[in-house]
Amino acid sequence: MRHAVGALLRKDLRAELRTLESIPAMTLFAVTTFVLFHFGLDRNSLDGDLAGGVLWVTLLFAAVLGQNRLFVAEQEQGGFDGFLLAPVDRTALFVAKAIALFAFLVVVEVVAIPAFAILLLGPDLLDPLPGLIAVLLLADAGIAIVGTLVAGIAIRTRARDLIGPLLTLPLLVPVVLAASEATAPLLAEAGASGPPGRWLAILAIYDLTIGLVAYGVFDFLLED
Amino acid sequence: MSSRPSRATAVIELRGVTRSYGERVALDQVDLDVGAAETLVVFGPNGAGKSTLLRILATLLRPHAGTVRVLGRELPRDGYAVRGQVGFLGHEPLLYRELTGRENLRFHARLHGVPNGRIAELLERTGLTHRADEPVHALSRGLVQRFAVCRAVLHDPALLLLDEPRANLDPGSIDLVEPLIGRASGRTRVVTSHDPVGGLEEADQVLGLRAGRAEITGTATADELGALYR
Amino acid sequence: MSLYGKGLKPLSIATVVVLVGALALAAFYAPEDADQGIIQKTFYIHVPMAIVALCGFVAGGIFGILHLRTRDRSYDLKSYVAIHLSLILAVGVLITGSIWARGSWGSWWVWDEPMLVSFLIVFLLYATYQPLRFSIEDPERQARYASVFAIVAGSFVPLNFAAVRMAQSYVHPRTLGTTTGGMPGEMMLTFLVALAGMALLFVTLWKYEMAAKHARFQIKALRRRLTGDGGPTAGRSAAPQVTA
Repeated sequence: MRHAVGALLRKDLRAELRTLESIPAMTLFAVTTFVLFHFGLDRNSLDGDLAGGVLWVTLLFAAVLGQNRLFVAEQEQGGFDGFLLAPVDRTALFVAKAIALFAFLVVVEVVAIPAFAILLLGPDLLDPLPGLIAVLLLADAGIAIVGTLVAGIAIRTRARDLIGPLLTLPLLVPVVLAASEATAPLLAEAGASGPPGRWLAILAIYDLTIGLVAYGVFDFLLED
Repeated sequence: MSSRPSRATAVIELRGVTRSYGERVALDQVDLDVGAAETLVVFGPNGAGKSTLLRILATLLRPHAGTVRVLGRELPRDGYAVRGQVGFLGHEPLLYRELTGRENLRFHARLHGVPNGRIAELLERTGLTHRADEPVHALSRGLVQRFAVCRAVLHDPALLLLDEPRANLDPGSIDLVEPLIGRASGRTRVVTSHDPVGGLEEADQVLGLRAGRAEITGTATADELGALYR
Repeated sequence: MSLYGKGLKPLSIATVVVLVGALALAAFYAPEDADQGIIQKTFYIHVPMAIVALCGFVAGGIFGILHLRTRDRSYDLKSYVAIHLSLILAVGVLITGSIWARGSWGSWWVWDEPMLVSFLIVFLLYATYQPLRFSIEDPERQARYASVFAIVAGSFVPLNFAAVRMAQSYVHPRTLGTTTGGMPGEMMLTFLVALAGMALLFVTLWKYEMAAKHARFQIKALRRRLTGDGGPTAGRSAAPQVTA
């Protein structure tokens, strides 16, 4: 299983580096969305709840953008067949793609978070950074799992670009909820405090549960 | 023409295999026996079920009815055990266009647990070494097909499933790939063909499909095969 | 072989009886709430509907699991009917909840009510079930993907409820009485009767729809045998086709 995941992951990262299809688009989208929020909310700086909410909604939409491209090469260039012909555990495809999506999200955040800090965030970001990173990692895991699962469902339907977001967004409401609640105290104007453990726990439970479910059902999407 | 193989040596054994796509029946109660090192050539007009048959044998599709035994294993239950021994060459080359030929082969080698040395050897034998480091999208269809052949035999499969393998290949290339996927390779092969005369030459057994039904089995003349298409 | 028609008549009668009984109890027997007045009585429709809908969604997920494990397409049909009835109930939950909110606090929607908010999310999710089915043409794949959806969505429902409930602003919820603790005896009785009525309604409608679908398939199969084709093809459909 590990070999298969490694092979798939290597292939995907190499392809992404060569084509730069997803990551720049996702990043650009995130930064543009921050600009839109500035105009939409008519605010020069955000803090606390509002900052957390804007950040997470933006990251979520950027993720949905990336999710749409996740299986396109497999679908259009016979990648599904090529993989299905190999004597490997089929769930390896799910694991590899989820890790790839997670990696894309992390790279996007490396640019988007500083952009957010510069463009919209009132309070300083340096102190709460470790807490923020913890929230980002946990939430990204949930987003990557759901995004990969939904992309796997959507890629073989007719209206695949539409079905994807429609399924993903409701499924990720708990993640947005928990991540925003966890981020709000980090970005508080009056001085940051650590992320409440309760919300990190919720994120972890969500990730674990949905991860197990996804792991269990993904095979059934691939067989014919 | 070889006689019906006994159960012990049968590489492929199909009984009453049926597969539909919604309302349309693609394969209808097909029976088949293929022995070791035999070549079965499948004829039939488009939509007759040739590709469906190949895909079922390749474990890519499940039959809706009937039993399928490949290399002594029952499909789809034991598909996992069979995959490593089957080489499939369909209409699609199954290569990622943004990667080079070599990278594609490395990817498949890793999935099949094949050492990298085998790749270099195959590239040599098919005369592809000097083009192996260009992205696939930059290659001509004939070269892509040659890389696809390499991909199909990379793991030294006992059974080859070939859907019009010589399409897009010029005579020179055909000579290069013959030892790998032709009769000379000594592997059991199921090959689809639209050429009654040429196909008959390499066949130990033929199967003529029309609208999913096996209309011709065992042996046939070129005329009988031609009638399938009318 | 359709077993769904069996017992439909006594079931329907029982449903009507219990529902009418529940309505009567709610109207005349149950005490009026001191704070909220008569509008509180929507509780007796709203909460049973919510509970039954939730069970229906989870049942849809369980049928999905059974379908994937046994490959028996009748489970897919059961899953489909359970989900699509629950979706209708979910709309009912949102409407009754909205009426209640309007009656109690003057606005058509409140974010403070965890049940209502969770149902909105669940509704938005399950509303994609039929479009998803419709967008897959091959019936076998459609059934498989629908089951995957049913399982994922079914496991999502409790997660969602837990998360929404926990969110900070809900520490002091404006309950539409969704907690059943501390209810006086008369209210509890009425509530239980209403719950039973709603559950019976769901099961009756479920059986009804299963019977209707099976009848249609049998007619189609007979027609196919007589004329050689299944009649005019209806084109793509979001509903499962059971050939057996």
